[in-house]
Amino acid sequence: MSADTVPVTGWGRTAPTTARLVRPRSYAEAVAAVRDCGARGGIPRGLGRAYGDAAQNAGGSVLDMTALDRVHAIDVEGGTVLCDAGISLHTLMRLLLPLGWFVPVTPGTRYVTVGGAIGADIHGKNHHVSGSFSRHVVSLELLTADGEVRVVPRGTELFDATTGGMGLTGVILTATVRLQPVETSLMLVDTERAGDLDDLMARLAATDHRYRYSVAWIDLLARGAATGRAVLTRGDHAPLDALPRRARRDPLAFRASRLPAAPSYVPEGLLSRTTVGLFNELWYRKAPRARAGRLQSIPAFFHPLDGVPHWNRIYGRSGFVQYQFVVGHGQEDALRRIVRRIAERRCPSFLAVLKRFGEADPGWLSFPVPGWTLALDIPAGLPGLGPFLDGLDEEVAAAGGRVYLAKDSRLRPELLAAMYPRLDDFRALRAELDPRGVFTSDLSRRLEL
Amino acid sequence: MKDAFGLPQSLLVLGGTSEIALATARRLIARRTRTVWLAGRPSPALDAAAGELRGLGAEVRTVAFDALDPDSHEAALGKVFAEGDIDLVLLAFGILGDQAHDEREPAGAVRVAQTNYTGAVSAGLVSARALQAQGHGSLVVLSSVAGERARRANFIYGSSKAGLDAFAQGLGDALHGTGVHVMVVRPGFVRSRMTAGLDEAPLATTPEAVAAAVELGLRRRSETVWVPGALRVVMSALRHLPRGVFRRLPV
Repeated sequence: MSADTVPVTGWGRTAPTTARLVRPRSYAEAVAAVRDCGARGGIPRGLGRAYGDAAQNAGGSVLDMTALDRVHAIDVEGGTVLCDAGISLHTLMRLLLPLGWFVPVTPGTRYVTVGGAIGADIHGKNHHVSGSFSRHVVSLELLTADGEVRVVPRGTELFDATTGGMGLTGVILTATVRLQPVETSLMLVDTERAGDLDDLMARLAATDHRYRYSVAWIDLLARGAATGRAVLTRGDHAPLDALPRRARRDPLAFRASRLPAAPSYVPEGLLSRTTVGLFNELWYRKAPRARAGRLQSIPAFFHPLDGVPHWNRIYGRSGFVQYQFVVGHGQEDALRRIVRRIAERRCPSFLAVLKRFGEADPGWLSFPVPGWTLALDIPAGLPGLGPFLDGLDEEVAAAGGRVYLAKDSRLRPELLAAMYPRLDDFRALRAELDPRGVFTSDLSRRLEL
Repeated sequence: MKDAFGLPQSLLVLGGTSEIALATARRLIARRTRTVWLAGRPSPALDAAAGELRGLGAEVRTVAFDALDPDSHEAALGKVFAEGDIDLVLLAFGILGDQAHDEREPAGAVRVAQTNYTGAVSAGLVSARALQAQGHGSLVVLSSVAGERARRANFIYGSSKAGLDAFAQGLGDALHGTGVHVMVVRPGFVRSRMTAGLDEAPLATTPEAVAAAVELGLRRRSETVWVPGALRVVMSALRHLPRGVFRRLPV
C-alpha cells in the first residue's frame, strides 16, 4: 500500500489541502488504512470528479479506492453487476455494452467510480425517468469506522445515509447494481432550440416524458428577450432497426476516442465574457432549429467533455466553481429570477445546463428533488463571485431548494439545514456509527456535516 | 476550512489590537469567518476589539500573548490550535518606535527589533508548525515597504521589517507544497494610530484598503501583496537607485 503526502483538490482545482494519499490494493489493506487513519481521520476518494472539497482531508488520510476495481459477477440474464466500488463507469461501459447492458445512470463524465456515484448519489439525463444512481443499487458492502465490513441492503437507514452521504458513513467496497438493457451502443437523438427560458421550460414540461434522456444546454450570457435561450438534446438508446445496415454488423461496439490533454499551464482569463460569449453564440447558432432521429455515439451524447483529458485546466490556476441547485415545481419564478440575475451579472459560463428532475430517492443527503435544476461553471477568479453566489443561495433556500454537495466548494454553512431537512438524522447516525469522527473531509469540516 | 475563494472560517490575529488586523477581521466576518481569536497583551483595548467583532456576529475569544516573550508562544498558541483548526493566522503585531529617541537609547531600538523581528520569527514558526500539522491554512504576515529599502528617517523600524520580510519569504518557500500558504503583505504609509502625527507619505493608504488587498490575495493565493499595488513599481525603482542619490531623496 503506497502512501504519499500530497496536495489534493477537487475537479474545480480550488482550495488545495495536503493529505496522506493511501492507495489500498485489497480489502485487508483498506481495513488497515481505515484503522490507521489517525487523529485527522480519512475519506474515500474515487476519480476526483467532485468539484469541491468532498474528497479532500487536510492533514489526514485520503483513501484512493481506484485500485479496487474488479468485477466479481455479471448476471447477463437478469442484468445486474457485482463489482468493486473503485471501478469507473467507463470500464463498466466497456465491459457491459458488448453484453447488451448499459449503466443505469451516467453523469456528464464516464470517469467517476461506482463508489463516488453512490456517495454523491449522482443523477444523469434520465433522472426524470430513472431517478438517481442509488435507485439501481441493490445492496452494498460498507467498511465502517470500527474497521468492520457490513452488508447494507437498500431500504435500511444506513443505506439511505450512505447514498448521497459523501463518503462520510464509511468506505463502499462493493456494490450490486441493476443495469439498463440496450440493443445498440448508439443513441437516437432529437435536437431543438428554445428561444428563451419560458419556451424552454414549456418544451421540457410538455414533452420530456417521451424521452428517456433529456437535457438542455442554456446560454446564460444571452440577455433581454433571448434570456435563457437553449438547445435541447433528448433521446434514447437506438433500437437495432434504427441503425444503418453497416452498423448493424457490430451494434454494441463502444469506441471512445480522446484528444490530447489540455496543457498544464493555461493563462488566467482565457474564458472571459468575450470568448465565452462568442462560443455560446456559435453553439446556439450551429444547433439545428429542430432535427429528429440523429444517431450519436454514447461518448458524444453523454460525455462530450471526456474527449479532452484534464479539461478543467482551461480555467487557469484559480480554478473554477460549479454551481448547481434545484428548486421544486411551482418555483419557476425563482428559477426565472436566478437566470436573469446570472445573465445580468454576465458570468462567463459555457457549460450551463438545465434539467427537469423526476421523483426523489430516499438518500438523506441525496440532492435531486422533483423540479428544475440548473448547473453552471464559473471561473473562481471572477471578481465579486463569492457574494453573488451567496445571494443566489438565499434565493434557492427561500424557494425551498438546495445546492449539490458534490459540486459545492463555498456554501454558507448556516443554510445547509434548511436545504437538507434530514441533516440532523445524518449527523445523529454519524455520531453513533463513527463517534470518533474517523470519516472526515474538508467538506464535512467546512459544513459541519 | 477555507472556501473556494480562500475565505477562512476561523481566524487567529497575533496583535489583536492592530487596526489593519481588525479591519481585516471585520471584512472577513462579513463574508465567512465565524471564529476569531485575538491574541495580544491583556488590555481594555483588546477586550474592546473583541466586543466590537462580537457585535458583528463572530464568536470571539482573546488569548494572552506577548511578542516580547517568545518562550511563552508555544503554550499560548498551542492552546488556540488545540481548540480547533485555524484557517488563517494574521501576524499583525509590530511597533514603529521613535527613530530619533531610539538612536540615542539603543534599548528602545532593541525593543523594536525584538517585537517586529524576533517575536515574529518565534510566533511565525510556532504557527507554521501548527498549520502544517492540520494540512491547510494561510499565514499572512504584515511586512512594510519600509523593509524594502532602509531609509535614514526610520531605518530601525525598516531593518526589523526587512528581517521579517526575508523570514516570511523563506518560510513561504519552506512550506510550499505542504498545503500551508504564506502571504507577505507590504503596505505603504497606512493612516492609523501607529502613524498619527507623522507626515503622510505619497501613496498613503488605509487599514480598510489593506484588508481588501488581503482578501484579494487570499483568493488568488498570492505570495506577495503590495498596498496600494502601484508601490510594487515605485519600490522596485527606489531599490535600484544608487546610494548617493537615494540618500538625498526627500523620503
